[in-house]
Amino acid sequence: MNKRSQATYTDKTVPYTLGEIEQGAPCCIPEPVLRIQDLSVGYGNKTVLSRVSLDIHKGCITALIGPSGCGKTSFLSTLNRLTDHHEDARVSGHILFDGVDLLHDRVDTLKLRRRIGMIFQKPNPFPLSIWRNLDLPLKEHGVRERKVRQHKIEKALRDVGLWEEVSDRLDTSALSLSGGQQQRLCIARALVLEPEILLMDEPCSALDPLSSGVVEELIMRLSGRYTVVIVTHNLAQARRVANYAGFFWMTERVGTLVEFGQCQHLFETPTHELTAAYISGVRG
Amino acid sequence: MADRLFAWSMSTCAFLVVLSLLWVLGDVVTEGLPHISWTFLFSAPENAGRAGGIAPILVSTFWILLIALVVALPIGLSVAVWLSEFAPVNSRFANNTGIVLDILAGVPSIVYGLFGNAFFSIYLGMGFSLLSGGLTLACMILPIFVRTCESGLRAVNNDWRRGALSLGMTKSAAIWHIILPGARPALVAGLILGLGRATAETAALLYTSGYVDRMPGSLLDSGRALSVHIYDLSMNVTGGDTAAYASALVLVILIMTLSILAQGMVDRWFKRRLVVS
Repeated sequence: MNKRSQATYTDKTVPYTLGEIEQGAPCCIPEPVLRIQDLSVGYGNKTVLSRVSLDIHKGCITALIGPSGCGKTSFLSTLNRLTDHHEDARVSGHILFDGVDLLHDRVDTLKLRRRIGMIFQKPNPFPLSIWRNLDLPLKEHGVRERKVRQHKIEKALRDVGLWEEVSDRLDTSALSLSGGQQQRLCIARALVLEPEILLMDEPCSALDPLSSGVVEELIMRLSGRYTVVIVTHNLAQARRVANYAGFFWMTERVGTLVEFGQCQHLFETPTHELTAAYISGVRG
Repeated sequence: MADRLFAWSMSTCAFLVVLSLLWVLGDVVTEGLPHISWTFLFSAPENAGRAGGIAPILVSTFWILLIALVVALPIGLSVAVWLSEFAPVNSRFANNTGIVLDILAGVPSIVYGLFGNAFFSIYLGMGFSLLSGGLTLACMILPIFVRTCESGLRAVNNDWRRGALSLGMTKSAAIWHIILPGARPALVAGLILGLGRATAETAALLYTSGYVDRMPGSLLDSGRALSVHIYDLSMNVTGGDTAAYASALVLVILIMTLSILAQGMVDRWFKRRLVVS
C-alpha cells in the first residue's frame, strides 16, 4: 500500500500500534482481479445462487450485503473452490483470475487457496500453539528454511497488530487467546501465505464490539495491499470499510445479485428499490 | 419431597456400584497380596500352578497383547479415519461397514475364539500359538476401537477442517496435524478400551493360544495368558486358589498400568506435535 507500512514491520524499534498506518486509500483505478460471470451455485436439487456477474477490483474492499440465506457465503466459497468439498455442490459459470477460469477442473486448488485466503465467521485457530498455527501452513506450502518462516510469521503477526501482544508466549495454545485475538490470528494465518485476495465471511459478527472495531480497523489497513471481499450483515460496517458493495436478495427462493457498484453510490443513490428498502431498514 | 427421594435412591445406586467394585478389589488384594513376591513374578509355575510363579505366563500375555495392538491399531485407525473423513456421506459401503462393526462389537468373545481357532489355528496352520491368539484378539478389539475413534474424529470441530482446507492444506495434512490431535481423548479412550478388553480376555484365547504354561520360545509356540491362567487355576486345579488370587491381582495392576501408560504416551506424543514446530 505504502512505504510507511513496509517500514513498520521491518524496523522493529518503531513501536507498532493500531491505526498508525494510514487507512486504505480509495481505489481510484478500477482493475478487475476477479471477473465473475454468470455464476450459479446449487446444492443437490436446490439452487442457492443464480447467475451472478461482477468484478472484484484489485486492492479494494468489496462488501457483500443482504439478508441471511441468499447465497453470499456460497458465493464466497466458490471463489476459493471450497465448494469442491461439499459433496453435492454444483457450480456453473466462470470466475476469471489472472485470465484463467478458476472453476476449471485442472486448476490446482491448493495453490489457488494460497493466493485466495479465507477468514470465517467464527475464529477457528487450530488447537496448536500460536506459533504452530502460522508455521504449519508455511511448512505445508514447502517453505523449508526456518529463518524464512520465522521472518514471515513475525511479519504476519505484526501486520495484524498481534506481535506486541503475543510475542512472549508464542508457545502457548492459540485457544487461550481472546475471541478478537483469535480472529486476528486467523487473519495472520491467512496473511502468512502472502495471498492476493482475502475472503472474509462475516469476520466480526462473533466478536464483541471492541474486538470487532479492532478487526474492522485491521481490514481497512489491509486494503490496498490485499484485495478484500467481505460478507457482512452490518450495513454501517460495509459503508465504513468498503469501496464497492453488492446487494444480494432472494428472488423466488433463489439468491441473486440485485445491485453492484461503488459503495457510496449503492448506499446513497441506490438504483433498485429493493436495495433502497433494505439499506433504509424497511425490508430485510 | 419426590425430588429428594429420587436423588436419594440414585445416590444409593451409585454407592452400591462403588461398593461392589471396592469389594471385588478388596477381595483380590487381601487374598492375593500375601502371595505376591519377586519369586512369584519371575519363576515358572510348578505343580500345575499351585506353586512357583507366573513368569512364562507374563511373557505370553505380553506377546499376545503386543501382536493384538500392533495389528489392530493401524488398521483400526485407518478404518476410523476413512469412515469419518473420506467415506461419502451416503455411501452404502460405509454405512454397511458401520453396521457390521456394531454387530461385531456385540459378538461374544467365545465366538471370536471359535473363529480364531478355525481360521488362524487350523486354516492358516498357525496351530495353538501366541500368533493366532494375538490375531484373534486383534479381530475382537477392532470394532470397538474403530467405533470409538470414529466418533471422536467426527466430533472434531468442523471449522478446523474448513480452516485447513482454505489455507491450501491437503486433506491428509489436515488429518495428520489437526484432526487426529484434536480427537486425542477419543483415541486414548479407544486404545484403553481395546487394551483392557484384550488383557482381560479368556474365552477367545482358550481355543487359540492355548493352555501351555511353559516359556514360549517363538510366536508360533502355544502360551498361556494371565486370564487363562486364572481361569485354569480356579476351575481345574484344586488348591490353586491362592495362586489364582495373586494372578488376578497382577492382572488388575497390569491393566491399570497399561491404561496409565497408554494415556501418558498418547498425550506426550500429541503434545509434542501441538507445540514444537
